[in-house]
Amino acid sequence: MIASIMETVLSPFTFLLLFALSSCLGAVGVIISQSLVRMAFWLIVSLGSVAGLFFMADADFVGAAQLLIYVGGTLVLLVFGVMLTASSPYTKIEASPGETVIASLVGLLFLFMVAGTVSRIDWPGTNAAIANVTPASTSGGFSDTSEGATLRPLGFALLGVRPDQEGAPGYLLPFEIASVHLLVVLVGAAYLARAKRRRDVA
Amino acid sequence: MTFAANSIASYLVESSLSPETAGIIAAVIHFAVLFGVFSVCPAAFIWLERKGSGRIQDRLGPTRVGGRFGWLQSLADGLKLFQKEDLCPPVADKMLFRAAPYIVCLSSFAAFAFLPFSSGWVAVSADCGLFIMLAILSLEVFGIILAGYCSGSKWSLFGGMREAAQMVSYEIPLAICALVPLVSAGSLNLGEIGQMQSGWFGNWFMFHDPFTFIAFFVYFVVATAGCKRAPFDLAEAESELVGGFHTEYSGLRWSYFFMGEYASMFAVCGIASILFAGGWHTGIPGVDGMLEGWRANESGNWALAYLANVLGAGVFASKAALGVFVQIWLRWTLPRLRIDQVMTTCLKYLLPISCFLFLGAVVWPLVLVTATGKSTLWPEPVGNRAVAGYSAGDMSSADDEGDTGSGESVDSDEGAESESPAESEESVSVGLLDAEVQ
Repeated sequence: MIASIMETVLSPFTFLLLFALSSCLGAVGVIISQSLVRMAFWLIVSLGSVAGLFFMADADFVGAAQLLIYVGGTLVLLVFGVMLTASSPYTKIEASPGETVIASLVGLLFLFMVAGTVSRIDWPGTNAAIANVTPASTSGGFSDTSEGATLRPLGFALLGVRPDQEGAPGYLLPFEIASVHLLVVLVGAAYLARAKRRRDVA
Repeated sequence: MTFAANSIASYLVESSLSPETAGIIAAVIHFAVLFGVFSVCPAAFIWLERKGSGRIQDRLGPTRVGGRFGWLQSLADGLKLFQKEDLCPPVADKMLFRAAPYIVCLSSFAAFAFLPFSSGWVAVSADCGLFIMLAILSLEVFGIILAGYCSGSKWSLFGGMREAAQMVSYEIPLAICALVPLVSAGSLNLGEIGQMQSGWFGNWFMFHDPFTFIAFFVYFVVATAGCKRAPFDLAEAESELVGGFHTEYSGLRWSYFFMGEYASMFAVCGIASILFAGGWHTGIPGVDGMLEGWRANESGNWALAYLANVLGAGVFASKAALGVFVQIWLRWTLPRLRIDQVMTTCLKYLLPISCFLFLGAVVWPLVLVTATGKSTLWPEPVGNRAVAGYSAGDMSSADDEGDTGSGESVDSDEGAESESPAESEESVSVGLLDAEVQ
């Protein structure tokens, strides 16, 4: 009896629901709150829950990258920027009615796009296709199944090698473009920071 | 019966429980055990910190509560903090001020779930365990920055800003230093990495090549800074900032910060012990072989297999605790740096050093192959050892993805996998250096 209740309460579906709900609540919190740092806090809740959803979907690497880049990196930088630039103790953002209308229009458009995409997916077909895929081998016996063992396929795919799908194109070019893009951004940032100093000296 | 979720679950399934219920019970057991470790760690290390600082300063340290050596001092302090009033300054952002300590505490607790204490004794054995662990540990900063910003106090704000600047910079060399042994290991699974280092202690990744040897010390320095420990504890510099980011906190919330700090000290030292110092292996093949034999003994005595894992966990915990002790020792020996010196140390010294080490670790096998025909100085390649380790343990299935197949394939994989991180990491570091030189 207790066992069956526990199974229903603590099933993966419950956690899925929990993460999805907290991700939505975090997003609503970002919209409602007016203090910038509170928005950052609600963004942590939202993005952290999305990472939880990734973990639930056995996408360990993507989940960890979400935590490291968005929560640990971007948001820290955001709060850091607020701290450095704020003129009053708690920076507030108050949206004007026009901004609210435009933002909600854009939001609604995005919602329609997502809803349209979701409704067009052939879910039974996709599920059948997923069921046909044989899981990859275990990672040396430490885990019972191949859950979340996505690291090697991802690494190979980013290097342009697809051992899982013969002849499929890898992602070497997008990966290199992203790296070069980041390099350009860093060099640009360094240049901007230097240029100011040179002018001071002159 | 081991800690590993599937082991407890399968044990429970044998005693007529459905797999789902067994999984849930196993998860609850894991949570309870890890929470125990998580709460005992800070108590023990705070005692050690007091005693160590006392001895270093020619004092006795705690002597009264709980016997001659003050064993129960941390518990007494915990009780005292529990009774204190939970203050919140009127100008603080109340919600975030209250939430911040929990973020610190939760993130360092969550990291423990990925830490293997012994062969197979890990709550969550993830394929990219190290990556997830570093990601989760990096969340701790956020709680500290929020605490600093939302206290509505200048001291806290300064502390929070310093912490933000320090952490954003120190995360980069930390990740690169952790990559150096991974180049040899070819895996991010902490359990696998630990298993590869069986045999004599010469087989520890620390002694794999000169670059990993230096990387161990660089990692340790960076990890010390990452836990905002002295001489890098600018976020709470008492001499200038009263208490830094935790100036406005009192009672239990204040103690959460320190639970988080000491727990993450243990976590980073645990990572160091697994990546560089053999994890749960003693480094003496006789002893390790005996324990491995006990572990593999599926037929009869599971108590013996359990004991083997307990001893392994003891070895692992001693190595990590030794690391924590060295951090404590450093704190009470070295003077605190200035904030600009902290940043200089990171961006102008530690970052280039770690990039050089990473490059060296990638080139090393190529040079060795050219010079000696072998890709490593070890008696046998890592891949072979990993296979041997798995077959000796209770691991039945071999990996056919090439990492444990043979030494040659491991090396080719490493070469392929490590090139692109090298490029991107170096481009990042070069850019940062440019930004810093300004």
